[in-house]
Amino acid sequence: MTLRVQVSHSFGAFKLDVGFEAPAGVTALFGRSGSGKTSVINAVAGLISPDAGRIQLDDTVLLDTERRISVPVHQRRLGYVFQEGRLFPHLSVRQNLNYGHWFAPRGPAAEFDHVVGMLGIEGLLERRPGGLSGGEKQRVAIGRALLANPRLLLMDEPLAALDEERKAEILPYLERLRGETDIPVLYVSHSMAEVARLATTLVLMDNGRVIRSGPAHEVLSDPENVPALGVRSAGASLQATVSAQEEDGLTRLEASAGPLFLPRVEAPIGARLSIRILAQDVILSRTRPEGLSALNILPATVTAVRLGEGPGAVIQLRAGDDLLLARITRRSAHVLELAPGAACFAVIKSVAVAQSDVGGAA
Amino acid sequence: MADWLTPDQWSAVVLSLKVSFWATALSLPLGVAVAYLLARHEFWGKQVLNGLVHLPLILPPVVTGYLLLLTFGRRGAVGEFLEQSFGLVFAFRWTGAALAAAVMAFPLMVRAIRLAIEAVDPKLEQAASTLGASRLWVFATITLPLILPGVIAGAILAFAKAMGEFGATITFVSNIPGQTQTLPSAIYSFLQVPGGDSKAMQLVLIAVAIALAALFLSEWLGRAVARRISGS
Repeated sequence: MTLRVQVSHSFGAFKLDVGFEAPAGVTALFGRSGSGKTSVINAVAGLISPDAGRIQLDDTVLLDTERRISVPVHQRRLGYVFQEGRLFPHLSVRQNLNYGHWFAPRGPAAEFDHVVGMLGIEGLLERRPGGLSGGEKQRVAIGRALLANPRLLLMDEPLAALDEERKAEILPYLERLRGETDIPVLYVSHSMAEVARLATTLVLMDNGRVIRSGPAHEVLSDPENVPALGVRSAGASLQATVSAQEEDGLTRLEASAGPLFLPRVEAPIGARLSIRILAQDVILSRTRPEGLSALNILPATVTAVRLGEGPGAVIQLRAGDDLLLARITRRSAHVLELAPGAACFAVIKSVAVAQSDVGGAA
Repeated sequence: MADWLTPDQWSAVVLSLKVSFWATALSLPLGVAVAYLLARHEFWGKQVLNGLVHLPLILPPVVTGYLLLLTFGRRGAVGEFLEQSFGLVFAFRWTGAALAAAVMAFPLMVRAIRLAIEAVDPKLEQAASTLGASRLWVFATITLPLILPGVIAGAILAFAKAMGEFGATITFVSNIPGQTQTLPSAIYSFLQVPGGDSKAMQLVLIAVAIALAALFLSEWLGRAVARRISGS
């Protein structure tokens, strides 16, 4: 299923004018607060009525201002996970989960036990939302949205209100969700780490406009997008397979360009992982460095160079089948004569990779 | 029945309970609707409606009673229509006492229910609609259960107010024993005759007991609202 969105709307001085496509998988709307992400998702949900636009899910038109079509919110068959959960306080967790099912009996019902098991909320069913932790509430909210048998899942910063530990608790569930359903997920976030882990398609927004959209790995590894992604949070992802858990606490993984050593990753041998490497954590060398403490040295070829307006430069590298980004100074780029085609080595400190940047491969 | 009350006293108590019950029961759906409109919607004339609802709280009750007489009396515009179309007569009947009590209690009822509705987060109602619930279903399954204790508290307040209504009632339907003589009217009447003090005092005690019971019940239900909305 594919969601096509074309919407324009004015909120006083702020103008929203966006168009993008969201195929099956997780489409992340990424941008600063105030860039209009939530307005887009609310227009898709039908919670706001845009001045003009067209929103279509495969052949089903949800909104077409020209033809004066606007399907009411309750008939759009969506699952919407809000930032604050919004569980119904007077209903038990079980009743909350079943709420949408009362209204969506048509079609094959998503299986209650399966969803409850996937989210790990079996033990909470008879409790009231008031006594749940933030992470538990959010998992119930995700389950409630899924069990409404939606054609489209909308998530508006579902993790933003949670602390790092809770986020780490829920991210794996979202990764499983991505793997197990074929309904499009529209995911609003301003956290690059979340987006890099979950998104299969990425829509970059700024000031009410889409500045770039496409497959997430392409958008994330394009040096041109670094300013929009934020120089400190830009980075590309490597795909690698766990090959050994070593005795000194390191995990050995095989990437297409060579072995990688990371602090212990709790994953079985053979697991396929996606590892996000921040551009600012990559050091480049034209010769294979020796006598260096960094364990990971991958041979690579420069594929693109973007010189910024300041002292920085972003280099895109191909390392085996993966693309990497390295953020260095213009001076180094000049001295090392880094130009497309130049061979070099990418040096990555093991401990620079945060646990939260290691996730399941999409 | 209770032989410590004379038939006149007894009929005043029973009539007051009957009048208050019907005044509350019949105005409750309208009260919920008006409270919902005032709490959740912006519309042209909202302030007028708000003012109209609260008018009986501010006007001297005698004035309200007189206006009711002008409107719902047998020669009043609405009264004449209702009598000819449905045979419904308000003037100098217990039904008129119920109408007067309902009008006088309405502001209190609407106020209590409106506060309960405003305590419900509209984001919950929004969430319910994204899950497929139409407006009516959202109201029935989310809003109403969450405000139910508030609605009951509003009804009890209205009932207590109706029990005590005097000025508008006596102006609109007079003070006819067995017909329109409610508890307050009866107390007033007993105080007008020599030696009626003790009879009046008995009714006063009954009135105090009913008022206190209503107050405690509404306090208790008020706390139930808080518990229910916090979900603990």
